[in-house]
Amino acid sequence: MIRNPKGRTLSAALQHVCLVLFAALLLHPAYADEQVLRLATTTSTDNSGLLAILLPPFEKSTGIQVHVIAVGTGKALRLAREGDVDVVLVHARKAEDKLVSDGYGVNRRDVMYNDFVIVGPDSDPAGIRGMNDAVAALGKIQASGSIFVSRGDDSGTNKKELQLWQAAKLSPKGDWYREAGQGMGKVLQMTGELGAYTLTDRGTWLAMQSKLPLKVLVSGDPRLFNPYGVIAVNPARYRDTNYRGAMRLIGWLTSVEGQKIIADFKIDDQPLFIPTAVPTAAP
Amino acid sequence: MGDLWAANRQAFHLLISGDAELWTIIGISFRVSVWAILIAAPVALLLAFALARLRFTGRRLLISTFHTLMALPAVVVGLTVYMLLARNGLLGDLRWLFTQKAMVVGQIILCFPLLVSISHATLREADQRVWETALTLGATRWHAMLTLMYEVRYGLMAALIAAFGRIIAEVGSSMMVGGNIAHHTRNIPTAIALETSKGEFAQGIALGFVLLFLALALNFTLNLVQSRSDKLS
Repeated sequence: MIRNPKGRTLSAALQHVCLVLFAALLLHPAYADEQVLRLATTTSTDNSGLLAILLPPFEKSTGIQVHVIAVGTGKALRLAREGDVDVVLVHARKAEDKLVSDGYGVNRRDVMYNDFVIVGPDSDPAGIRGMNDAVAALGKIQASGSIFVSRGDDSGTNKKELQLWQAAKLSPKGDWYREAGQGMGKVLQMTGELGAYTLTDRGTWLAMQSKLPLKVLVSGDPRLFNPYGVIAVNPARYRDTNYRGAMRLIGWLTSVEGQKIIADFKIDDQPLFIPTAVPTAAP
Repeated sequence: MGDLWAANRQAFHLLISGDAELWTIIGISFRVSVWAILIAAPVALLLAFALARLRFTGRRLLISTFHTLMALPAVVVGLTVYMLLARNGLLGDLRWLFTQKAMVVGQIILCFPLLVSISHATLREADQRVWETALTLGATRWHAMLTLMYEVRYGLMAALIAAFGRIIAEVGSSMMVGGNIAHHTRNIPTAIALETSKGEFAQGIALGFVLLFLALALNFTLNLVQSRSDKLS
């Protein structure tokens, strides 16, 4: 193009560059031959950054590419039930057991746990700071008329929250109870903006606390225990599911190395998750 | 306000640093949307031409339908495509859910009504003598149609740009049928949604700037092509 000195060379050159880039973009092989494993998981494992350090060693050693679909636990379990993913990593024990007993999931393994905490504004208008009875704390929040933001999305956190209201024999309804229908990160932001209270998993809280005008007010209630499990989709039900890949991922998550990565994953020196598959690997 | 300032700085930094992650996201965004336009445009142009030239029963109804479908919410498209492509859906055997193909399908549905409507308006306003002259001079109907389209190429180009603008920026359908999988189906809009949900507002705004900048570059290129073809003709 530079050969032609008479005009239009720059625009012609630019055009050619654009065309070549364009063609390269379109024809770029879109991950054609790599083996793909579809993992549906919760926003808490993905947004916290855990998967970003837990999966690359697995992908490197196995050549399997893990496609992470981060949704609420309810949606993740539904994806597994309908065979649209190969494996799930979630936290809602009852719903997990139902997936297995209904014959859609196999080989469930415990992976790790963390706990839920109730967070709220520093001023704490409901006066729940320091309580370790989560159910009683929710009662005080409702009685004080403070705003409570619920996930409202059938996620594991949402299921846990509803169990707590049930245990408190209260029906969370009214103007003070806001169902957001969004992920944990968004709900924490809303809670901060509204000066409200919410229930969150500790992992997402630790990952986001520096950006929030909120404090942990209630923790330590055994009812706030939050175990995570991994389940493979039943290959007998969906024949082309990547069962081998799923089992290798389960193997990795519950291996000594995998469990150590989970134990070592900390924010501000605080562990986000405590591994449970290999007890000796726990800190 | 500090956040907005940080976002500006971060956007600038992202653009000049050639961040690999960012370019993967940009590549996915453009590949999906360009494929959608490439597949949708020829069919949409033919249909628009038929609507402008031919007289048949149901024509007006069809035009109104396409006008209405321009307002189709992206999430509704996403949900519909999702239900079609899910394993238990009508087209579940394709196993396209959570792939770029699924995103392309959603975006085709989103941009098609827009392409038909604007192209139809353009072709209807075109000087019909071009068509008749071309036929008189012995052109086939096909060639006469191409000649007519060439006459109104700016209007048709505007249709393409508007359609591209709609789908490159849509998040509802891509999020639902693509699943926002890193390095695979995460495009600019879904990445912005993710960063926002993580509270990384600066990163989200920065990605928004990147999108705008690239749209500008694309429009500039198209402009260049146009002005060059003007000089030649």
